[in-house]
Amino acid sequence: MKGNEAIAHAAIRYGADGYFGYPITPQSEVLETLAELKPWETTGMVVLQAESEVAAINMVYGGAATGKAVMTSSSSPGVSLKQEGISYLAASELPALIVNVMRGGPGLGTIQPSQADYFQATKGGGHGDYHLIVLSPATVQEMTDFVALGFDLSFKYRTPAMILADGIVGQMMEKVVLPPQRPRRTEAEIREQCPWAVTGRGSRAHGNVVTSLELDSAKMEENNLRFQQTYRTIEENEVRFQEYFTDDAEYLIVAFGSVARICLKAIEEARAKGVKIGLLRPITLWPFPKAEVRRLAEQVKGILTVELNAGQMIEDVRLAAGEAAPVAHFGRMGGIVPNPGEVLEALKENFSVNI
Amino acid sequence: MKPEDIIKPENKVYSRPRLLNDVNTHYCPGCSHGVVHKLVAELLEEMGVEDKAIGIAPVGCAVFAYNYIDIDWIEAAHGRAPALATAASRLNPECLVFTYQGDGDLAAIGTAETIHAANRGENITIIFINNGIYGMTGGQMAPTTLLGMKTATTPYGRNSELNGYPLAITDLLARLDGTCYVTRQAVHTPAAVRKTKAAIKKAFTNSLEKRGTSIVEIVSTCNSGWKLTPAQSNQWMVEHMFEKYPLGDLKNVEHKA
Repeated sequence: MKGNEAIAHAAIRYGADGYFGYPITPQSEVLETLAELKPWETTGMVVLQAESEVAAINMVYGGAATGKAVMTSSSSPGVSLKQEGISYLAASELPALIVNVMRGGPGLGTIQPSQADYFQATKGGGHGDYHLIVLSPATVQEMTDFVALGFDLSFKYRTPAMILADGIVGQMMEKVVLPPQRPRRTEAEIREQCPWAVTGRGSRAHGNVVTSLELDSAKMEENNLRFQQTYRTIEENEVRFQEYFTDDAEYLIVAFGSVARICLKAIEEARAKGVKIGLLRPITLWPFPKAEVRRLAEQVKGILTVELNAGQMIEDVRLAAGEAAPVAHFGRMGGIVPNPGEVLEALKENFSVNI
Repeated sequence: MKPEDIIKPENKVYSRPRLLNDVNTHYCPGCSHGVVHKLVAELLEEMGVEDKAIGIAPVGCAVFAYNYIDIDWIEAAHGRAPALATAASRLNPECLVFTYQGDGDLAAIGTAETIHAANRGENITIIFINNGIYGMTGGQMAPTTLLGMKTATTPYGRNSELNGYPLAITDLLARLDGTCYVTRQAVHTPAAVRKTKAAIKKAFTNSLEKRGTSIVEIVSTCNSGWKLTPAQSNQWMVEHMFEKYPLGDLKNVEHKA
């Protein structure tokens, strides 16, 4: 099935309580598939087409505040509109899952695949000091698996998580193993697991309030310090990445999402000619695998980042590598996807590698 | 002699509603918010629904509603309360979900969320405080500001060429198939307060019985923003606001279409 369809199936099977979305290419299949599967008749999951991206993310905010597992999906211009709600979710310490199937920008740009929302996703995106947990799938199987992972991490740390996919992974069809159906959490489980949730007071003595507002500057700074503490804990515990051929690598490519697969092909071609190139594929773009980049930077002669953008992740790679290795960027934009040959050309040009 | 010796429970004819927290409010003396808060607290208590009520607070003067009424609240981004209420209500159908919004929140920045929630016929109550001005930010023009009315951003009076016309958004909402009850009330006299209470009760009942969207507009005063005394504000409201925003039911049907 398509990556976008896999997201829909995985959400139902996770036992998600609600999906709120708005059509935009290239991710509309998420909402379409959910509408076709009618989970409200089976698991009781609410699916709603909102009047706007802004409304959709604020529905997610309202649903998340009641302790439910809720999500939305969109593509780049739509995710820009959602930034208000994402900032509120982070500030109110609410779990939620947001899927961005990236297309080329800026502006209305193109409906073709892109990775140009890396900065937006990993550096905050909306106003204020916050981070999302950002997962980068490279396969349709990962599109499936990261729904549960994203929800679980966002509930564990009470902070929103994002699946930052590109249009290729969203539209590509692959075989996929779907997880077994999990039941939705009961009201009693939500009350027990999410004592902060707005569920109606029930037997509580006083009302719960979910808010991001704090006019007392000292208390607001305390809130911010608590958010930062959570982010440090996430950085310590949740870094995920995958490596290929790095043991003996003399050069390193760092790439995420579908581009990592193109790079892997390029590396296999190079290795057939005796050139030792390795691949580091960050799975969590935030928290970024800084320590691993640093370790590999000490080992290799040069690092090439390959991205479907003008060079965004390269900033994190450079920060991590420091002076240990030179870092160069190769990217295509506006919906153009490079082929393995172009990747090898870029390695040759930047590091005088003889391939 | 202590107050308790004089004030005996059996002689007490009125007291603060139990759900109204014993705190100072930030509302200006004479402001309509306090009266409406009291009515909401009284009704939640009288209807026995405080344990399943979810309030959505707006951005604006009522942003701190959650400090005053002791139920579960979510603080929305500016204008988004109906979107939050949509999800809260659909995901928690056993709960009574209501929003409490001002004119800037509901009829300017949140117009889309308001109209579409009402058009979907969400089983929620929208309490709409229309005082024709932005109170919290210091008295700027609202979508409901009357023509000729002076505000911080219309210092020479609202001019239709420059600023467009006052928006009677409730009239619009009454025409939508998703609404079952749309009414416009005020709280400037004891009789008006009683009518408003009955209106909010009807709206809450509709929401509990899943009849569609109910909207209670309360034409209100903002004496600080209007730069009038509380008594002058009430008079000014009666003489000017009621002409554009006449009181009464705009729609009252058994169920949404």
